[in-house]
Amino acid sequence: MNGGTYDCIVIGAGHNGLVCAAYLARAGKSVLVLEAAGQVGGAAVTREFTPGFKVSACAHLLHLMPADIVSELNLAGHGLKLASRGLSTTALRESQSPFTLDAAGLSAVSIRDAAGFQAYTAQMRKFAAVLMSALDAPPPRLGTNELKDKLSLLRLGWKLRKLGRRDMRELLRIGGMNVYDLLEEHFETAELKGALGLDATLGTNYGPRTPGTVLSLLYRMACEGAAHNEITAAQGGMGAVCEALAASARAAGAHIRVNATVSRIVVESDRATGVVLAGDEHIRARTIISSADPKSTLLGLLGTRHLDTGFVRSVRHLRGKGLTAKLHLALKELPAFRGVSTQQLRGRLLIAPSLDHIERAYNHSKYGEYSSEPVLEISVPSIDDATLAPTGSHVLSAIVQYAPYDLKGGWDAARQKFLDIAVRRIETFAPGLSTSVLASELVTPVDIERDFKISGGHWHHAEFAFDQFFMVRPVPGAAQYATPLPGLFLCGAGSHPGGGVTGLPGRNAARRIIGMN
Amino acid sequence: MVDAVSSLTHFKQPLLKTPFHERARELSQVDSFIPWAGYTTVDVFTTADQEYFAIRNATTLFDLTPMVKYRITGVDAESYLNRLVTRDIGKLKQDRVMYCVWCNDAGHIIDDGTVFRLGRQEFRLCTAQRQIDWLLESAVGFDVELSEVTEQIAALAVQGPTSCATLKAFGLQGIELIKPFETRHFTVEGMNIMASRTGFTGDLGYELWMDPQHAEQIWDRLMQAGNSRGIRAIGSQALNIARIEAGFLSPNVDFVSSEHTIRLGRDRSPLELGLSWLVDFNKGHFNGRRALLQEQRRGLARQLVGLDIDGNKPAVNSLLYLDKAGNREIGSVTSAIWSPTCKRNIALAMVEAPYFRLGTSLWTEIYLNRELVWERRMVQARVVEKPFFAPARRRATPPADC
Ligand SMILES: Cc1cc2nc3c(=O)[nH]c(=O)nc-3n(C[C@H](O)[C@H](O)[C@H](O)COP(=O)(O)OP(=O)(O)OC[C@H]3O[C@@H](n4cnc5c(N)ncnc54)[C@H](O)[C@@H]3O)c2cc1C
Repeated sequence: MNGGTYDCIVIGAGHNGLVCAAYLARAGKSVLVLEAAGQVGGAAVTREFTPGFKVSACAHLLHLMPADIVSELNLAGHGLKLASRGLSTTALRESQSPFTLDAAGLSAVSIRDAAGFQAYTAQMRKFAAVLMSALDAPPPRLGTNELKDKLSLLRLGWKLRKLGRRDMRELLRIGGMNVYDLLEEHFETAELKGALGLDATLGTNYGPRTPGTVLSLLYRMACEGAAHNEITAAQGGMGAVCEALAASARAAGAHIRVNATVSRIVVESDRATGVVLAGDEHIRARTIISSADPKSTLLGLLGTRHLDTGFVRSVRHLRGKGLTAKLHLALKELPAFRGVSTQQLRGRLLIAPSLDHIERAYNHSKYGEYSSEPVLEISVPSIDDATLAPTGSHVLSAIVQYAPYDLKGGWDAARQKFLDIAVRRIETFAPGLSTSVLASELVTPVDIERDFKISGGHWHHAEFAFDQFFMVRPVPGAAQYATPLPGLFLCGAGSHPGGGVTGLPGRNAARRIIGMN
Repeated sequence: MVDAVSSLTHFKQPLLKTPFHERARELSQVDSFIPWAGYTTVDVFTTADQEYFAIRNATTLFDLTPMVKYRITGVDAESYLNRLVTRDIGKLKQDRVMYCVWCNDAGHIIDDGTVFRLGRQEFRLCTAQRQIDWLLESAVGFDVELSEVTEQIAALAVQGPTSCATLKAFGLQGIELIKPFETRHFTVEGMNIMASRTGFTGDLGYELWMDPQHAEQIWDRLMQAGNSRGIRAIGSQALNIARIEAGFLSPNVDFVSSEHTIRLGRDRSPLELGLSWLVDFNKGHFNGRRALLQEQRRGLARQLVGLDIDGNKPAVNSLLYLDKAGNREIGSVTSAIWSPTCKRNIALAMVEAPYFRLGTSLWTEIYLNRELVWERRMVQARVVEKPFFAPARRRATPPADC
């Protein structure tokens, strides 16, 4: 069967695939996006998990997508509405009143921390901005003579230099540190440190004491900075962001097909020349760009016989086993968290009482166990978004850590137990919650792998770590979006700079491809 | 993939003995043994010269057992090997052998060796060095089974102008009909022997592959059969002279495996080693293909060539210069001997571009130790064709007197 010819085929209509497609189409390319699922979005999707209740199935808060992507692709014009913006972050406490992470909230807890928080935030944001200059462009290659590689290194060097001697030294000092030690230097309130430490570990295979957690925190803050440091939720859930991205891409001329699973990438004369779909349909293109994770793309869709052994070895050794689960509750009524105001309830609620608590929760995962007292990021999006739940009822959406992909004994036997543990944990802060639960769902990394075709079910597709970062993400030989096979590119979260609903890998890849011809 | 290593024992004791060891002990006059791939093997039985002349004039036995052997089977065995090595294994017919090299991603040689096609989906890979790790890594995504069978197969090289006659007298009826790089199975007194017309001497010769429990009996019968044909056991030193004359490369001498090099730029590509005839760019993807194509486009930085050097002093480890004064260094010698058969002072040398062109004249710096006094000679040399020695009998089928 012959399905035509395009300039570009993008595999996967996750947000990065869509961003990439939109930029390519705007540059005049004929683009076809092929998505296995019945809807666009990938891990940024809204699903009905029980009749009448919808929720963002993985990613739920929109705070990492740079404002220039949102405006360049005119997402507002393509239907993106924010249900809520300027969301606050509130740290829940076991026996005291919760507090919001801002000057007012903190001064009620610790004058010292309130002052320190401002200085800390200002400095970290400054560092994050330097990092951003490395994130929003294809990473340079070392040892080449190409001007663009030299220029991008220079650009980074210049940004560093501009920090001034004192800040530069500080950035170099903390860059490779763990977030535990950093936060201990700055703050005294356990729950504040817990809240900030949780941000550094969300989505990773890290506890706060793991080296590299300052980098993961700076990464998050860099993207937040580019998104004007505002946490928002899309009207209709995260899926609405991707619907808008899809509309933008279509408006630029891209075609998007759902229920179109790519079964393999076609190689002719050592070049990717097309794809074959599950139904045996063959579609040709000059350039194939995959937003699926690097392992699925290279080892699965392409196959090792088109690659060199050493390269295959590094792809196989990519670390990317997820530890993040998602809990969804359909609730009869608005949950009541002890001491939490309605305003606070509209934002993020964090259960991470201390850095040690997170570290302890993490420890279990090292041995293939789930946390007996998980840490959570909770949101109740239905407060500001009537499309998600029947009137009067609500949905609770929570990121739950740690839930290792490789759970001993497997998730089928444990899913309900861990779900109960998570609900009970929330209930300690929201008494009576369980009596309000109409339906529940726990999405584990194994489910994420199955539903979103992300091998290992990892938030970042491939662990966000120094050895899988920047010039070597996901692996040397594929770190500038081009794979060793001519005509095949990567554009998903596994590529530079990483995961989260940022659109950066998608845009960088598109720029690289456009810049090549 | 089966467990490819658990049956191996070579690492358990310092040096294993081959099944021919007792026979070698009996014949060794100078007690000169050296380690080779985990086995103790003979360097010299009597004198290297005597043994060398047997290679060129009679029949020689060389214990090849330490040669590392891998068995590769399965539906994807052919495509697996095709991705591994640079030649087209699709063209390797059943009961034939191919000399091959294989490369890492950068197109640098990991090793060379021979691939035997024993069946449609069954191959044997013989290599100088162990590399199970690379072979297993390369098997990802292929339906193949891989195991090392070095210890299960004893091997003996029977080489020299009278080798065919010796083998015929030994009982291999029809041996004279097998062509270079062909294999055939024989049964002699109930013992199964596979013979291949292969070798490392550049002369008429065969290699026998057998069950280790028959090794001594086969050795004894061969010695008997070759008695009137000047048969003699030889060690590595004699073989080394013959292989340089034949222009064959020796790993860790003429190149270092890219798995073992530490210093940047010490790896060698097959193109640099003058083995571009082994690289088939048209067969589909193989390890290092993209890098080698790029190297081919860029042009070679250096190449391994043959040298004919004035005088008779072997240019062992010599540096090469463009000028007699030795101001412009352009390469170095990797292997050098006085060739007893060609009566030429020959060498294999790695020479920088563009000086590796045939006919280029250059200077070798030869050091001579004269009763503990070192003398330095600048001797003129020319880049010449390899092999230095290639007698028609190595290809003749049937060979003379068979
Ligand atoms: C539990 C969880 C919570 C998260 N929370 C947040 C959050 O709150 N905020 C945030 O910003 N980020 C969050 N993230 C991270 C974020 O969801 C991901 O990093 C991001 O969605 C990845 O986007 P992507 O486009 O790169 O890949 P994906 O979204 O994985 O898209 C890849 C697409 O490719 C498709 N595909 C794969 N193989 C094929 C094939 N063979 N044929 C056709 N299509 C194929 C898949 O179906 C999928 O649609 C969270 C992640 C997880 C797991």
